[in-house]
Amino acid sequence: MPNTPRYGAIVKEALYDNNVVFGQMLALCPTLAVTSTATNGLGMGLATTFVLGLSNAAVALLRNFITPEVRIPAYVLIIATLVTVVDMAMNAWLHDLYQVLGLFIPLIVVNCAVLGRAETFASRNPVLPSVVDGLATGAGFAVALMLVGGVREVLGSGTLFANASSLLGPAFSFLEVTVVADYGGFLLFVLPPGGFLVVGFLLAAKRVLDRRLERLRVAKAAAAAAEAA
Amino acid sequence: MISTHDISGPYAHQKTSIRRTMALVMVALLPATLFDLWVFGWPAINLLVLTLAASVAAEAGCLSLAGKRLPLFLGDGSVVLTGWLLAMSLPPWAPWWIAVLGGVVAVVLGKHVFGGLGQNVFNPAMVGRVALLISFPLPMTMYVAPRPLFGAGSPGFVEGLSITFGGWDYDALSAASTLGHVKTELARGVALDQAMGGTDLMALVMGTVPGSMGETSAALLLLGGLFLIARRVISWHIPVSMLGALFALATLMHWVDPARFPGGFYHLVTGAAVLGAFFIATDLVTSPVTPPGQLVYGAGIGILTYVIRTWAGFPEGIAFAVLLMNAMTPLIDRWVRPRVYGRTLRGEPLQPRRKA
Repeated sequence: MPNTPRYGAIVKEALYDNNVVFGQMLALCPTLAVTSTATNGLGMGLATTFVLGLSNAAVALLRNFITPEVRIPAYVLIIATLVTVVDMAMNAWLHDLYQVLGLFIPLIVVNCAVLGRAETFASRNPVLPSVVDGLATGAGFAVALMLVGGVREVLGSGTLFANASSLLGPAFSFLEVTVVADYGGFLLFVLPPGGFLVVGFLLAAKRVLDRRLERLRVAKAAAAAAEAA
Repeated sequence: MISTHDISGPYAHQKTSIRRTMALVMVALLPATLFDLWVFGWPAINLLVLTLAASVAAEAGCLSLAGKRLPLFLGDGSVVLTGWLLAMSLPPWAPWWIAVLGGVVAVVLGKHVFGGLGQNVFNPAMVGRVALLISFPLPMTMYVAPRPLFGAGSPGFVEGLSITFGGWDYDALSAASTLGHVKTELARGVALDQAMGGTDLMALVMGTVPGSMGETSAALLLLGGLFLIARRVISWHIPVSMLGALFALATLMHWVDPARFPGGFYHLVTGAAVLGAFFIATDLVTSPVTPPGQLVYGAGIGILTYVIRTWAGFPEGIAFAVLLMNAMTPLIDRWVRPRVYGRTLRGEPLQPRRKA
């Protein structure tokens, strides 16, 4: 257990290196199902972030009272309670978005990313780092969903964050962009196969990027070593 | 001449190669293709050229990304055949971007994401066609009545270019393919003999009807298919079981209710049945390896084609049926695994026979 938590490392880990979708390859079901537009992705990402932050906080707070034997049911209970709150809140205040995301909001209960963070981080760290980890993981998830949704939306219908104002509230109307005017629409990317294709290609792109960065780092280290010698 | 190695047993090497197989398939496709290019004129020629160019370019791009030797892999002809079959399955007057997008999707998504030639699960040309069909239903179902090359009222070379790159007036010129027409009429409640009133089965056999290039001229495609069987590029199992299942099911349903279901011969000569049976379903990579497996696979395609044509939303179902059975191929191969020499079908060692 680290005595002085390094928040920067936690955030970087959650956002990029160990990104829920592109690093751990968890939570692929909502990733594939609700990302037909960037707005849907953002909505799902925000709901999950909220649950992750609070569930990590609750688990960290109770970590000394939950015995290892009953920890899974206890975590699921905590998460289910929070998800129910989110579910009802979205039904009340973001009803249009709730209709679009439908079943996938209650299904956040079984999102392995949420349970995974409770098990691997919040159960062995104090409250504050756990909250940071939960929010950062959620943000990483939201970014990934927006990325997948954005690519699918631009390729599929030529817009970006369409209906953001009606789904997320008028404050988000600045996000709405029409990328290609008079776009005929490439239906394949709006339909389920598009989700698989875009996630696959983005994963490949991240691997290529990582390899390039690693090569650069090695080369730099070698140059530094040569200079020192 | 048969050459043998003098050390081991007298094994003769038949000099087949990917290049030779692909070349033979192209030779078999050639008569039907030339005829269809003549029937549909310059726009069809543009479409074929563009599809081939896009496929080859996509293949070259993927190969260089993968660090493979370009001349060796481009020269095997597999990508040319993929592009060719894809072009045969498109409406002949389709716009240029259909050809380019289809070629790229077929080669990149159908073939190279799986690792290239021999690794693909699904028939690349059919992946391209289905992706286009579900993405762009309108341009993918706009057929035109035959307008032979150099004929009166047919587009010339320049006009052909303007059709391919600029589009054409769907309302004035489009004509329904036979399958589409009969299906629409039946859905409207028109009786079958009336719906099929204008249908000339002989024209369907010869190919002077609206449709994709590979959907017409059943006779020339059949000729090419028989040539492939004669040269042993493909075996008879898949075409026979596929066309047989389609014919049997159609005949059965026609017998049950002649007013609603067209007969077996109609199903064989319309749509891409013949092209599919001899050229597409028989793709060596994506079909089962054993003869019993091929019979199951072909029958599956025939049955699915009939089901999709008759009860599903699309008038033609060959492409979907082929892709669905492609997905079944590993299962079929597992199911009909041949007996290993010296073992029972279950894999247990055979007991030596006692001497009486």
